[in-house]
Amino acid sequence: MGFDIPKERFPGRIKEVSIGATKEQGGTRRASLAVGGSNGLQFHKFESESPHGPLIVMDVLDTVRVVPEQLMHSIGPVVKEPVEWAKKIEREWGADICVLKLQSANPEEENRSVAECEALVKEVLKSTTIPLMVYGCGFEEKDAKVMEAVSNAARGERLFLGLAEEKAYKSIAAATMANGHGIVAFSNLDINLAKQMNILLLDFGVKPENIIMDPLMAALGMGLEYSYSVLERLRLGALLGDPVLQMPIVCDCSCAWAAPEALEDNPQRGSVELRGIYWETMTAYAAVIAGADLVIMRHPQAVVKLKAALADLKGGA
Amino acid sequence: MPTAMDIYKLLPKKNCGECKFPTCLAFAMQLANQKVALEACPYVSPEAKIALEESGAPPIRLVSFGSGELAVKTGDETQLFRHDKTFYHPTVLGFVADDAHGLDSMKSKMSAAQAAAFERVGQMIRVDSIALKHSSGKAEDFLEAVKIAAAQKLPLVIMTEDPKLMADAVALCGQNRPLLYRATPQNFDSMLALAKGCCFPLVIGGTANLDELSQLADKAKKAGVSDLVLEPGTSSAAQMLESMTAIRRAAIKKKFRPLGFPTMTVLGKSESDLMKAALGVMKYSSIILLEDVKPEFLFPLLALRQNIYTDPQVPIQVKGGLYSVGEPNEKSPVLFTTNFSLTYFTVRADIEKSKIPAWLLVVETDGQSVMTSFAAGKLTPESVAKAIETEKLKEKNGRNELVIPGMVSRMSGKLNELTGMKIVVGPRESSGLPKMLKSIAG
Repeated sequence: MGFDIPKERFPGRIKEVSIGATKEQGGTRRASLAVGGSNGLQFHKFESESPHGPLIVMDVLDTVRVVPEQLMHSIGPVVKEPVEWAKKIEREWGADICVLKLQSANPEEENRSVAECEALVKEVLKSTTIPLMVYGCGFEEKDAKVMEAVSNAARGERLFLGLAEEKAYKSIAAATMANGHGIVAFSNLDINLAKQMNILLLDFGVKPENIIMDPLMAALGMGLEYSYSVLERLRLGALLGDPVLQMPIVCDCSCAWAAPEALEDNPQRGSVELRGIYWETMTAYAAVIAGADLVIMRHPQAVVKLKAALADLKGGA
Repeated sequence: MPTAMDIYKLLPKKNCGECKFPTCLAFAMQLANQKVALEACPYVSPEAKIALEESGAPPIRLVSFGSGELAVKTGDETQLFRHDKTFYHPTVLGFVADDAHGLDSMKSKMSAAQAAAFERVGQMIRVDSIALKHSSGKAEDFLEAVKIAAAQKLPLVIMTEDPKLMADAVALCGQNRPLLYRATPQNFDSMLALAKGCCFPLVIGGTANLDELSQLADKAKKAGVSDLVLEPGTSSAAQMLESMTAIRRAAIKKKFRPLGFPTMTVLGKSESDLMKAALGVMKYSSIILLEDVKPEFLFPLLALRQNIYTDPQVPIQVKGGLYSVGEPNEKSPVLFTTNFSLTYFTVRADIEKSKIPAWLLVVETDGQSVMTSFAAGKLTPESVAKAIETEKLKEKNGRNELVIPGMVSRMSGKLNELTGMKIVVGPRESSGLPKMLKSIAG
């Protein structure tokens, strides 16, 4: 008698959500990318189906203020030119999706105007063909205006706008609903809050297929274990049938570059840049193993490493 | 664990009371709760004793190797997900020294493994083991390396599929209890006899599938060799995840004894092997062997292991006290936070970003964050004032001003009253610290 692998079958399934719209769908993207749709634990292909692998989102920042020095060199001169940077992640670095982080709108820093933010989004859309996500600067009042303008300027593109938070979600939700965009629901390492965010958005009128969740990815060494377990619990809750938890998950792994250990000078731990690359790769790898459907990354070589690892997890060619 | 009824069926049912309990059923209930030992029953049959010990054994056997302070324990896990309780025995990481590259190279690999230790959040994280492998090199070199390694502290894995050479190596090991790698379908009987003779733990691998692996493990167990480690195939990360999940599930959810042992993964140093090592740390590899890998990868891997094997119920703490960030003097700003390690590291990193030297007072809160400990009454104006007193802050700093976390602005008044210091309410998120420190220091 042979040994049979004990298999798990779950009643639930992650919702399929598509990001970006093609010409036929009213946008200008070359493809609309689907995430989610899985009915099992991540990469457990011996017992479940995952029609869409985790996708790689690369971030583009509109100010060098928040880019660590060590990264300036790897990203190159485009670090000062968000539009060029966006072109590069699409054409050279193999990103599936771009996330444009409008950090310079921050009223306490550059305080760039709504019109300038809107113009940048338009320019990025014109210069690239991959689906786009747009994040605000985290200041509620400013983001409300920026997101409204971005939403109108990119009507039909099916952007995903973020981040909606418990205390600041109405204006951004309204902005996405007005023009058929999607929304990223942020929660702070708390499975109940993640669920609450989805409920708030659904009650407000956002459709479930327009929501992805960001439960906060803590970097390796900075509390990764908390995120890892929150992700596993969110995924299990969804698979066990809770419809309010079945939204796909995005994890922002660029946070690895804010971990002091990734970048401190310490010869025993090897060169800084390569250590940082592995720091980001491993943070993202833990995220996808635990359940992330999308990972936001920053270093092109970390993307190369993660892509190879994902191919290996899917069973190679 | 067996239920009281399962146990009761195996007891003599005499109700003699000699176990100090009125009936056998009462005794069985105590046994099921692990309140008494089976030895308290003078009449239990040897067969029942074996059956009860078997059913009471942990789902995954604890196997240890090495000796002394660096000896390692593997297995004895009870969960599939760390949030259900915790993972107990961190993945053992070892470097492989292959005799194909000669004795000198083996020696330098040994030193590399010895030296691969880092201090992180107050714990030592290190490469735990050295594996000596006989491949195409000289048997004398291999045995010489075994002799040298056996006299050192790191737990040892001996890698050869030749039972005769393994016997020679085992004879050199003395008290350093090595892990023997490995018994395969080809050499099974002679390796098993060797392991039985020396009582060292044995790896079983090289099988076509998990079915064959479980059959060999069962055979070994029946022959009296129970300290086993299982090595399933790992041709791709997908296969590795499948095999490791299958073994863990079979052992824990199905109580399938033939797979109730620690697991092992032997890798090289290619990029895909490095990521497989990270996979093994998260997904159920008890032991991972790598060729010595670059520190840029090794340190993050060890950090990942430390993160994943952190007990979810016990937060990592830093020691309370007055920490200096940069080189603060008596005029530098003073801030306080709690001793939850994440809080501390985040606050510290944000102070460093400001490039302004400062004193950071860490108040003991049993590893809770600012909000949690404030809500739980562990972070109070009194506890902060006491820490200021204990650390003799006022002797080191004459600024007489304290920056407090924005989340606990409510304690300003009381804290001012207790300490006489001017209280400055800091930002609610520590990311606002650089801006704030620049403004108060400038």
